[in-house]
Amino acid sequence: MTTDHQQLIVGIGAGARELATEDMILNIGPQHPSTHGVLRLRITLDGERIQTAEPIVGYMHRGAEKLFEVRDFRQIIVLANRHDWLSAFANELGVVLAVERMLGMEVPERAVWARTLLAELNRVLNHLMFLGSYPIEMGAITPIFYAFREREEIQRVMEEISGGRMHYMFNRVGGLKEDLPAGWLGRTRHAVSDVRSRMGDIRNLIAGNEIFHARTRGVGVLSREQILQYGVSGPIARAAGVDFDLRRDEPYLAYGELTVPVVTRKEGDCLARFECLLDQVYVSLDLADACLDRLERLPQGPINQRLPKILKVPEGHTYAWTENPLGINGYYLVSRGEKTPWRLKLRSASYNNIQVLAEILPGNLVADMIAILGSMFFVVGDIDK
Amino acid sequence: MKCTTEGIAGFGCDPWWLIGGKALVIFVFLVLTVLLSMWVERRVIGRMQLRIGPNRCGPFGLLQGLADGVKLALKEDIVPAGVDKVVFWLAPVVSAVPAFISFIIIPFGPTVSIFGHQTQLQGTDLPVAVLLVLAMSSMGIYGIVLAGWSSMSPYSLLGGLRSSAQMISYEIAMSLSFVAVFMFAGSMSTSQIVAGQQHIWYGVLLLPSFLIYIITMMGESNRIPFDLPEGEGELVGGFHTEYSSLKFAMFFLAEYINLATLSALATTLFLGGWHAPPPITTIWAGANSGWWPVLWFLIKIWAFIFFFIWLRGSLPRVRYDQLMKLGWKVLMPISLGWILLVATIRTASREGLNQTQLLIYGGITIAVVLVGSFAWDLVATSGRQVDPYAEPERATAAEPAQGGFPVPPLDLPHYHGVLPETAARKEVSSGTH
Amino acid sequence: MNTYFHDYLVVFVLVLLGAGIVAGGLGGNRLLRPHRPTREKLTTYECGVDPVGEGWAQSYVRYYVFAYLYVVFAVDAVFLFPWATVFALKGYGPTTLGEMFVFLGFLAAGLAYAAKKKVLSWV
Repeated sequence: MTTDHQQLIVGIGAGARELATEDMILNIGPQHPSTHGVLRLRITLDGERIQTAEPIVGYMHRGAEKLFEVRDFRQIIVLANRHDWLSAFANELGVVLAVERMLGMEVPERAVWARTLLAELNRVLNHLMFLGSYPIEMGAITPIFYAFREREEIQRVMEEISGGRMHYMFNRVGGLKEDLPAGWLGRTRHAVSDVRSRMGDIRNLIAGNEIFHARTRGVGVLSREQILQYGVSGPIARAAGVDFDLRRDEPYLAYGELTVPVVTRKEGDCLARFECLLDQVYVSLDLADACLDRLERLPQGPINQRLPKILKVPEGHTYAWTENPLGINGYYLVSRGEKTPWRLKLRSASYNNIQVLAEILPGNLVADMIAILGSMFFVVGDIDK
Repeated sequence: MKCTTEGIAGFGCDPWWLIGGKALVIFVFLVLTVLLSMWVERRVIGRMQLRIGPNRCGPFGLLQGLADGVKLALKEDIVPAGVDKVVFWLAPVVSAVPAFISFIIIPFGPTVSIFGHQTQLQGTDLPVAVLLVLAMSSMGIYGIVLAGWSSMSPYSLLGGLRSSAQMISYEIAMSLSFVAVFMFAGSMSTSQIVAGQQHIWYGVLLLPSFLIYIITMMGESNRIPFDLPEGEGELVGGFHTEYSSLKFAMFFLAEYINLATLSALATTLFLGGWHAPPPITTIWAGANSGWWPVLWFLIKIWAFIFFFIWLRGSLPRVRYDQLMKLGWKVLMPISLGWILLVATIRTASREGLNQTQLLIYGGITIAVVLVGSFAWDLVATSGRQVDPYAEPERATAAEPAQGGFPVPPLDLPHYHGVLPETAARKEVSSGTH
Repeated sequence: MNTYFHDYLVVFVLVLLGAGIVAGGLGGNRLLRPHRPTREKLTTYECGVDPVGEGWAQSYVRYYVFAYLYVVFAVDAVFLFPWATVFALKGYGPTTLGEMFVFLGFLAAGLAYAAKKKVLSWV
């Protein structure tokens, strides 16, 4: 496929009917039941086999990076937790880490451990969502309700601590917004053990199903080279054997003191991606337990730093990256010593992950497209920013 | 002409009011079954999914189906500009009308007395009753194909084509599963098939046929795990993407009537029809007379409907090629082999072969059929491009970038512009479409 | 003969009833439903973007082979049905069975040929 052919398709779209090809052009999205939002894929079909696929992004572009430049550092957190609405807490982290690093600010130990705990709970929430929604795309409608039952357990403790159910806004530069409520650690421990004990339901319901295996095994195989080339990260990359996890390889928060088992698979197919996600839930629950153990042992102390009325970040630049539930989230912060950043570049996981679709979709059946698309675990807001 | 109350001939003798009454009762029964099965489906699936399900319309939400129907009927009917209007209108009608008919040959019970008139609890019976069901389900396929074709939308077109291919494939396997039943009953009339199951159900006697029927029944009904024609994730709504209002409701109605019909047919052909389940008849001799059989029949039908619902709550959807492979390469050969096996055994036993010889020959035949089927399957699958059952290729273990992490090496081959060769597309000169 | 057609009477009654209800429903629906078409409403659904070209493009329909195969095997089933009902009766013996073996053998050869030509596998 050369560039000329690309232009040919656009030509038909513009109404040049006489240039019709034998292939059928199918638009998947922006309003398609299986795109979780407004991703659009332009697909050329030959029968039911995909010839070319082109992800068209930007329907939800909100100009987050530009908005960052006219908000002060406290307001930025509100904006930054929105692009990936399933991992709001993890999004906030990148911003505050970058700002704290520029300020040279020391965060109280309790805040560090509480952040780690909340980040892991957020990861569980995110993964549960995809563990439920992926089977739906394969026609299994029940697992999502089991996933949501577990999500509700964790949402409850998250809501108790932050007041929010999606956009927690619990991070502050220098720590967390408020101290942990009395008895919250016990309730969280309870929720974590409940979720762990019932994860088997989801596993038994879908992960061992032969039809599910037949549809996902060997489908949409990503190679190590493609992953490195496109900057794919997170569980999708790890499912193809790219053993890379910032929590272990470049620890932030309290991960350095924890042993983070990195879940990997070799196959790189849809099933491997799903299994990676499933196993990561267990890992995250274990990490959450470890954080809870530590938090219970820590002496009482502050959970945040007192900030000046006007927070100015000294001149300079830094790049903070975190292992978000869906992959690497990066914030390149350039400050000119003002109360707003001069530039805050956002590298979101889904944006990079989704680009590889143009590589792995061609040659597959339309039915496989759904399996592959769903297994890329993306949030459209995270793509379009 | 002498009118009897037994056998097929009895049906021609019903007075006109009984014929009309039977038709009306069947119609009402179907509508009630559809409304109730929609409610049961939503409540049962709700329970399976930790939800409550509809409980607002009427007691326990029983009127939910009715409310949905009324709502759909009062909606604006959008007919897209490009569609073939006549066919677009005809398709839901063709889909819904034949669905009512199949139920007429289903026996609800034995001969009873209605206002002093002896008649069988069955709309009518024909020497080719089961063929009528097959014919009507084929008519239903027309509705779906026409809907897909007339909508002028790629989703509808693909959905309609898929469904036609799927349903004709499964219809063959389904009709083959009937053949063994006909062999034992010696008839295609449903009342005689039920009568033939007085002592043992064909579902037990002909277990392979029963299993094949159950699988094909799921394929015919377009439900999970074979609901590809309307696989909502892939082709949006499939063939009914462009339909709205009552026309959409007609497809819905047809689907649920088919559900009831297929369940009733399974009951009739394999589960002894209106005969009481075994332990009951030994305790209570009167279980198979009077109006009681209607109860057994309904219990069996609802057991099947529940089975459908249960599957929908627990299974994902198969992929299209897997579906076709199952139909043509597994169900069909097994059906054919099974029919021949049954026929051979029956003939042999009539010709006086003793049990031992029968077992030996039977064993040899089964072995040959199985080996042949597997060998054929192997040969036939060897040419597949993507075999979902094959071991996936492992990612190469060589790690050139080890130690270079987290920065990926810059000298990797660049992927842009190296798209596979299949992407070359044929151009058609102007005016051909 | 009269009785034979009498058996079908209920079928016709039910056809009429079904068609009547469907037609009545559609008629009533026409009277009750709102009808406010706009240009946007009447476009074909294409996931929220304007449809590209027409709904029709020349495309290779891979299902057509199944239609041929259906014809072959539907005929097969139609022959099997009457055979199945009579083969156990008096006067039909192993010869009847053998004939069916031959008939099905031909069909099986046809199916095997189709499989060998790879039309049964998905492209």
